[in-house]
Amino acid sequence: MVNSMAELLIKNGFVFDPILGIKGDIADVAIKNGRITDKVSDKAEIVDASGKTVMAGGVDIHTHVAGPKVNVGREMRPEDKFFRGEYRGGVLKQGKRMEMGFSVPSTWKTGYAYARMGYTFANEAAMPPLFAPHVHEEFRDTPIIDQTAMPVFGNNWFCFEYIKNDETENNAAYIAWLLSATKGFGIKIVNPGGTEAWAWGKNCSSIHDEVPHFEITPAEIVTGLIKANEYLGLPHSVHIHGNNMGNPGNYKDTLDTLRLTSGINTSNKFGREQVLHNTHLQFHAYKGSSWSDFESGAKEVMDYVNQNKNITVDIGQVTLDETTTMTSDGPFEYHLNQLTHFKWANLDVEIETGSGVVPHIYDKDVRTSGIQWAIGLEIALFAKDMMRVYITTDHPNAGPFTRYPGIIAWLMSEKARQATLDTMKWKDKVIDASNIASMDRELGLYEIAQMTRAGPAKALGLLDIYGSLKEGSDGNVAVYNLNADELPSDPALIEDAFRNTAYTVKEGVIVVRDGKIVAEPPKHTLWTKVNMPENAQVMHDIREKFSTSYSINLENYPVFDENIHNARAIELDAN
Amino acid sequence: MKTITMTLVQEPELYLECYSVTPDQFAGKSLAEIADLPAHEGKIQWKLGDFFKFEGKAGETAADTKIVVNGNVRKMKRFGQKMSAGEVVINSDADMYIGGWMTGGKITVNGNADTFLGIAMEGGEILVEGDAQNYVGSSYRGDWRGMSGGLIRVKGNAGNDIGTAMTGGTIIIEGDAFIHVLTHAEGGTVIIKGDVEGRVGGQMVKGDAYVFGNLLYPLPGFKKVATVEKEVDGATYTFDQYIGDLGERKVKKKGEIIYGNLYLKK
Repeated sequence: MVNSMAELLIKNGFVFDPILGIKGDIADVAIKNGRITDKVSDKAEIVDASGKTVMAGGVDIHTHVAGPKVNVGREMRPEDKFFRGEYRGGVLKQGKRMEMGFSVPSTWKTGYAYARMGYTFANEAAMPPLFAPHVHEEFRDTPIIDQTAMPVFGNNWFCFEYIKNDETENNAAYIAWLLSATKGFGIKIVNPGGTEAWAWGKNCSSIHDEVPHFEITPAEIVTGLIKANEYLGLPHSVHIHGNNMGNPGNYKDTLDTLRLTSGINTSNKFGREQVLHNTHLQFHAYKGSSWSDFESGAKEVMDYVNQNKNITVDIGQVTLDETTTMTSDGPFEYHLNQLTHFKWANLDVEIETGSGVVPHIYDKDVRTSGIQWAIGLEIALFAKDMMRVYITTDHPNAGPFTRYPGIIAWLMSEKARQATLDTMKWKDKVIDASNIASMDRELGLYEIAQMTRAGPAKALGLLDIYGSLKEGSDGNVAVYNLNADELPSDPALIEDAFRNTAYTVKEGVIVVRDGKIVAEPPKHTLWTKVNMPENAQVMHDIREKFSTSYSINLENYPVFDENIHNARAIELDAN
Repeated sequence: MKTITMTLVQEPELYLECYSVTPDQFAGKSLAEIADLPAHEGKIQWKLGDFFKFEGKAGETAADTKIVVNGNVRKMKRFGQKMSAGEVVINSDADMYIGGWMTGGKITVNGNADTFLGIAMEGGEILVEGDAQNYVGSSYRGDWRGMSGGLIRVKGNAGNDIGTAMTGGTIIIEGDAFIHVLTHAEGGTVIIKGDVEGRVGGQMVKGDAYVFGNLLYPLPGFKKVATVEKEVDGATYTFDQYIGDLGERKVKKKGEIIYGNLYLKK
């Protein structure tokens, strides 16, 4: 039996906490009743962290690990599991349940692998509202890590109509209702207007392309949703995957999207400073007019991000693996299928959203993949404020999250980047089309802590719970086998240290010891509960749409209490 | 070449997964070490020595190692899986996945082989003296990459789904086959010397199918373009040449559209 009431003292580690401004000082971390505290009694269990690096538990701001499209990926790719499971006898069994899958791992492997990397929180970045029960049921089966899910709003007919009529209050009331109905966390936008247009075989490839039949543009959708988000004062900002993702020349569309935030600020009670989070920026920072003159636009985009404090981004790093792409961006997945002719799944989710799933191979010997790899790293290396730029792979779109340790090694070591570049068949062409070869910046552990816990926790508005070792935070701690005074010169050792922690502690319980799962305490699902008076107009609209446009009854739509696992509501009062 | 002989002494209750029986695994090991290699029966892990006795000597390298399997191994799978060199001779019928993912060397089955013979094979040679079942030289379930190199020769009949998603290499079925030959193929050659029920080359982009006997139900996506003489498996015959699958996407090479070919012996 695990005892979360117990006391724990993590002694003598090199502590990195950007929120407290601790930069590798030798210090102790005390945990009592599952929370970080200033001191514990002499009965506390001692964890000796001397010679090791100590950080708060990792926070993944953008990953796809639960829900129908992830499951479609699992179903359509039996070959993703073959020779890649660690579930048979004879191979060390890591946790209590079977682990399998590489790019779309089983829920069990997802929880265990995050915990082994020192992560204790992951945000599912795209929940189709209609299928929210499925998302929450997968959360229940994903051990150890706390999770949130963001419903997608960027192609939702309700939002389109409220925004077109400039009804911010009604839009906000609808969003608050949907967050409650789906037990969702915040506002996700995927290809605003474009996924709806895809239902008519079209797309919105710039922010000014009108959405068919709605007389509204992506620019208006994004602006309208930012307004509603800030009207409510939600913990997280609008979280966007913009228009024209993955196409050469799209950095201009990305800049157009980012400029929509110009002059908009936020006042919320969660300490969040940004009004827009642009996810997987790598896919949105492409220059050139076609794949033949495709090159990095990382500098242009990051120049803008660096100058504007009301924007945060994550990198969406390509890891050079065979993986599975899955997004609500239906038209993008179709185009990808047309490029590679790999198998393709596509789905329209009634009046809410759509999605597609296509396997993809990022081959180090293909020029495009090499340049994409360079762009992701450049975004991180051009960044001036590491509290606003986070490590992700848009799992599994640019690569599996299990590759984060390798990304950390690339960012911390020019030698590691050079070694990867040296393996590429079109190395010279990759160098010509990017800036990577000339970048000698090497990030330190403090910056890694900013990019993997403090920064994302702040952007999510969850800094009271995650991302820091300050008193009162959840007792989530990662202890890595890294001597901060003498970092290894071999980047492979950095990667090893971040792949398997010496200890991962979740709410005061040691869950990983020497890279092995040793406990599975209960995890939490967080959601955002907005307290506001019922809006009669919006409730009327909801009832009407359910009677005319949905395939199910309103009564059967909201997530049932038994679907949601260990709910922890983040409450706020709307204006 | 050194030879090691393994003889069945204990039949498994269920089916046994003999993925360790490859020249690559045996090379450089003593008989005791070889007997210690793992094998699975369902979720239970055994040792090869629990089922076989070993005689002879393994070579220093895979290429220098020949494995002879004696006794009825009809309920044993995965002999020669992923092997890169050397030789495996099975003097019995064998179960599924014989020579799957192999990259080199030779496997001889002096009996029948079950389903998934040589799937996703990259190189080397498989000879089956008897029949094979379904999915000869195909891709693994869900995968789009089938056999890409090497030779599979089945002296008897084969079942369904021969060379699915094949990209290279040659499959020769000397007897009859049932349905689905070279489905989704993007290369490779399948020669069927007997009769085929139907569905040859569905969604085929590239590749060559030869049918010597009767093709009962040809697909409508193929069009006759010529009558040609071709040398196939050491002898020359006259064929009607069809191209297709005309319903599938087309690839171009040097400006020319490439088609899959279906050759029916006149």
